[in-house]
Amino acid sequence: MRVESRVFKNFWKSGDPFVWLTGGALAFSLIMIVALIVIVAANALGFFWPGRLVQAKLQDGSELLGQVVVQEEVPGSQKDGKALQYRTEFQIANRDIYGADFRWVDDNQIVTQTYPENAILFERWEWGHLFGFLTKVTENGQVIAEGEPLAWQKFQEIHPRTQETLEQIQQIEQKEIGAINYNLERLRLAIKTIQKDESDPARAQERVAALEQEIAMWQQRYEEKAKELKVLRDENARYRITVQAAGGREKELPVAAVVRALLPNQLSWGERLKIYLTRLIEFIWEDPRESNTEGGVFPAIFGTVMMVLLMSIMVVPFGVIAALYLREYAKQGTLVRAVRIAVNNLAGVPSIVFGVFGLGFFIYLLGGSIDRLFYPEALPSPTYGTGGILWASLTLALLTVPVVIVATEESLAAIPREWREGSLALGATKWETIRKIVLPGALPGILTGMILAMARGAGEVAPLMITGVVKLAPTLPLDTHAPFFHLERKFMHLGFHIYDVGFQSPNVEAAKPMVFMTTLLLIGIILLLNLTAIFVRNRLRSRLRFGTF
Amino acid sequence: MEKEWSHPTHAVSLPHLAKQGNGKDPSLGAAVEIAEIQIRDVCLFYGSKQALHHINMNIGRREVTAFIGPSGCGKSTLLRCLNRLNDLVDATKVTGSIRIGGTEILDPTLDITELRKRVGMVFQKPNPFPKTIYENVAYGPRILGVRHKSQLDEIVERSLRAAALWDEVKERLHDNALALSGGQHQRLCIARTIAVEPEVVLMDEPCSALDPIATTKIEELIHELKQHYTIVIVTHNMQQAARVSDYTAFMYLGRLVEFGKTDKLFTTPEKQETEDYITGRFG
Repeated sequence: MRVESRVFKNFWKSGDPFVWLTGGALAFSLIMIVALIVIVAANALGFFWPGRLVQAKLQDGSELLGQVVVQEEVPGSQKDGKALQYRTEFQIANRDIYGADFRWVDDNQIVTQTYPENAILFERWEWGHLFGFLTKVTENGQVIAEGEPLAWQKFQEIHPRTQETLEQIQQIEQKEIGAINYNLERLRLAIKTIQKDESDPARAQERVAALEQEIAMWQQRYEEKAKELKVLRDENARYRITVQAAGGREKELPVAAVVRALLPNQLSWGERLKIYLTRLIEFIWEDPRESNTEGGVFPAIFGTVMMVLLMSIMVVPFGVIAALYLREYAKQGTLVRAVRIAVNNLAGVPSIVFGVFGLGFFIYLLGGSIDRLFYPEALPSPTYGTGGILWASLTLALLTVPVVIVATEESLAAIPREWREGSLALGATKWETIRKIVLPGALPGILTGMILAMARGAGEVAPLMITGVVKLAPTLPLDTHAPFFHLERKFMHLGFHIYDVGFQSPNVEAAKPMVFMTTLLLIGIILLLNLTAIFVRNRLRSRLRFGTF
Repeated sequence: MEKEWSHPTHAVSLPHLAKQGNGKDPSLGAAVEIAEIQIRDVCLFYGSKQALHHINMNIGRREVTAFIGPSGCGKSTLLRCLNRLNDLVDATKVTGSIRIGGTEILDPTLDITELRKRVGMVFQKPNPFPKTIYENVAYGPRILGVRHKSQLDEIVERSLRAAALWDEVKERLHDNALALSGGQHQRLCIARTIAVEPEVVLMDEPCSALDPIATTKIEELIHELKQHYTIVIVTHNMQQAARVSDYTAFMYLGRLVEFGKTDKLFTTPEKQETEDYITGRFG
C-alpha cells in the first residue's frame, strides 16, 4: 500500500502525466483540424470525377438513369427483427423535365441495374446536367443524323464549332460591347458636367454637340456589333439535338447549349482523369454560371486575393506606426497600459460591428463626401458612396489592426537593450536607432503580425456583406480601362461564395459539392498567401539571427 | 589651454569639432597631468534612492583609469554618467558637475548625441549589430554623415586595425558580424567605438564575458589605445585593474573611497576599506 502510493507519487512528481496531458491536448486539436480538412477534401475532390450512369428498372415498371450519390441504411429498418434495408440516392439531373435533380429509391424496389454504353451525360450552360440517349440531330428542322452511332458522330462534329461561335459571342458581348458601354457612360457624364459647369450657354451647346456626335458614332458601332451578334446567334441556332431521357420523354435543345458531352460508361481511366482535370481548371479559371452553382469561381478568387493584398498594404504600415509610438515613444504608464488593453480588446469586437462601422463611416461619410466633391455628375447614382473593394479592405484593415499592433509591439520589445544602447552610445538619435537597428530587427515579428492579419482577413465574411461583396460582379476590380484599378467596384469573395452557394442557391443539393470545393480552395489560397509570407520571414530571420548571439 | 578635439594621428577628421578649456586642477587627491574629465560633487538618484554620493575626481587625458569596487557600488552608474546613458532610465536625477574637455555635460540643453560621439562606450556584453562586419564599423561614421565609399573603407580598415581585428576579418568584411567569436565581437565593438574618433572611451567590464586568451588580447589593445584615447574602465578583476590602468578609483556603497596612482593604491592603500577589498577580505 505504502509502496504503491510512493510509486504513484514519484510518477506524479516526474512530470510524465503533464507530458501526456500537453501532448494529448495538441494531438486532439491536430486531429480536429485534420478531420476538418479531410472531410472537406473528400467531399470536394470527388465532385469533378465523371462517374458512371446507371439505368435502373423499378418494380412499378418505371425507369431511371442517373449517377449514384450515396447508399445508406433505411432508418429504423432493423426494428422488429426485420432484415436490414438500404436505399440509394441517385442524381437523375434533367431538372427541366423532372423538376428535381435527385431521387431516393429503396433498394428492394430496384429490379435490374445496367450500365448502358450509349448513355450520354450533357453538361449544359443552363439547367444543369442532362442524362439521356441521343436520338437525332437536326439542321434548320431537317434531320441530318438519326440513331446510333450516326447522331453521336454528327454531334461531335458540330459541337466544337458551336462552342467557338459561342466564345466569339461572349467576346463581343463582354469586351467590345463592354468597351462601347463604358465610353457611352463616360460621354454621358461628360455632357452632364458641361451642362452643370459651363457658364456660357453657346459654348456649352457647342461642346455638348461635339460629344453627342461622338455618342452617335459609338451608337453606330453598337448597331454593327449587334448585327454581328445576330449572325453568330443565328448560325448557332441552326443545329439542334433531341435527347431521350429515361422514361421515354424527349427533350429538344440547341447544340450550342451543351458545354460538354460524354459517354461516361465507355470512358477509360485516362479519359476520366483528363475530364477531371479539365473540369478542375474550368473551376479555377472560368466565370460562374447557373447562379454560381456551376462553372468556375475565378472572379471570387481574384476578389479575395486582391482584397487581402489591399488590406495588408493598408494595415501593416498603420499598425506598425501605431505600435512604434506605443512602445518606443509613449511614456510607459497607466495610460499606455489602458490603451494597450483597449487595443487588445478591439480584436474581440464582433466583426459585423466593424462592418456596420465601415458602412456608416467609410461608405456613407467618406464615400458620400468623395462623390459630392469629385463625382457630382454621376449623382444620384453613387460612385464611392456604395460598397466597394476599397471600403471592404479598409474595414478589414480596421478589424485586423490590433493583431498587427500586438505582434509588432512584442517584436519591438524583444529587441535586445544592448543593441539600442550600442547605437545610442555611438551618437545615433532615437529615430536613427529605431530606423537602423530596431525596425530591421523587428521585421520578422512584424511579418508574423501580417501573416496573422491576412489569415484573419481572408476568412472574414460578415463585414464584407455590407461593405461591397456581391453574389455576382459583372466586372473585375482590375481591367484594361484606365486607371486600371477600379477600387470603387463591388467584388466577389470566396467566403461569401460559400455562404451564397451553400445557403442561398435555389438548388442546394446540387450545389453542395461546389461549397466544399470552394472551401478547399479558400483554405488553399490562405495557405499559399501565408506560406509566401513565412518564406519571406524565414529569409529575414536567418539573416538577423545568425551565429551564437 | 586650447586644443583641437580631433586627433592628429588620424587621417580623416569628422565633422564634430568642439573647443575645450583647461582641465588642470591639482587640488584633487590624484594629481593627474592634464585632466580631461572633471567630476565635481556628483550625486545620482534613482527615484528616491541615492546611488552616488558626492563624487569628486579628475580623470587624466590619455590615461587609463579603472573603477573597482564590489557589485552595486555605483561604478557602472558613474561610468554611464559620463555619456549620459543614465538618461534612458526613467526617474534618474543627477546633481553636481561633470566637465569633459571643458564642456559641462550635465547641462540639460546639451546636445547628447554630440556628447556621445565624443565619449564612446564598450559594453559588458559584446553587442555587435545584426549587420555585416563592415556595416557595424561604418555605423557611427554613417550617422555622422560620412557618405563616400572610399572614406568609409578607410575608416573601417583603420578602426579594425586599431582594434587588432583587421587581419582576422579582412577576407570577410561583408559576412554577418554575429558569426564571429565572443572575443572578436568585443574587439569589433571597440573598432565600432573608435571609428567615430571619440576622445574618451568608456569600457564597462569589457572582459567579463570573455575567456582568458580573449581577455589578454583586449588588455593589450587597451594598452595600445591609451596613446590616442582617454580610457575609463570598470572592472571586477583587480589583477586586470592593476595590469591595465594608470589610476584606480575604489568605490564602495556609492562613495569614492580612494583614488590614486594604480601602483600606489594597490601597494600602499591609504584607507582600511581599500586594503580589505584588494586583499580579498570582503567584496
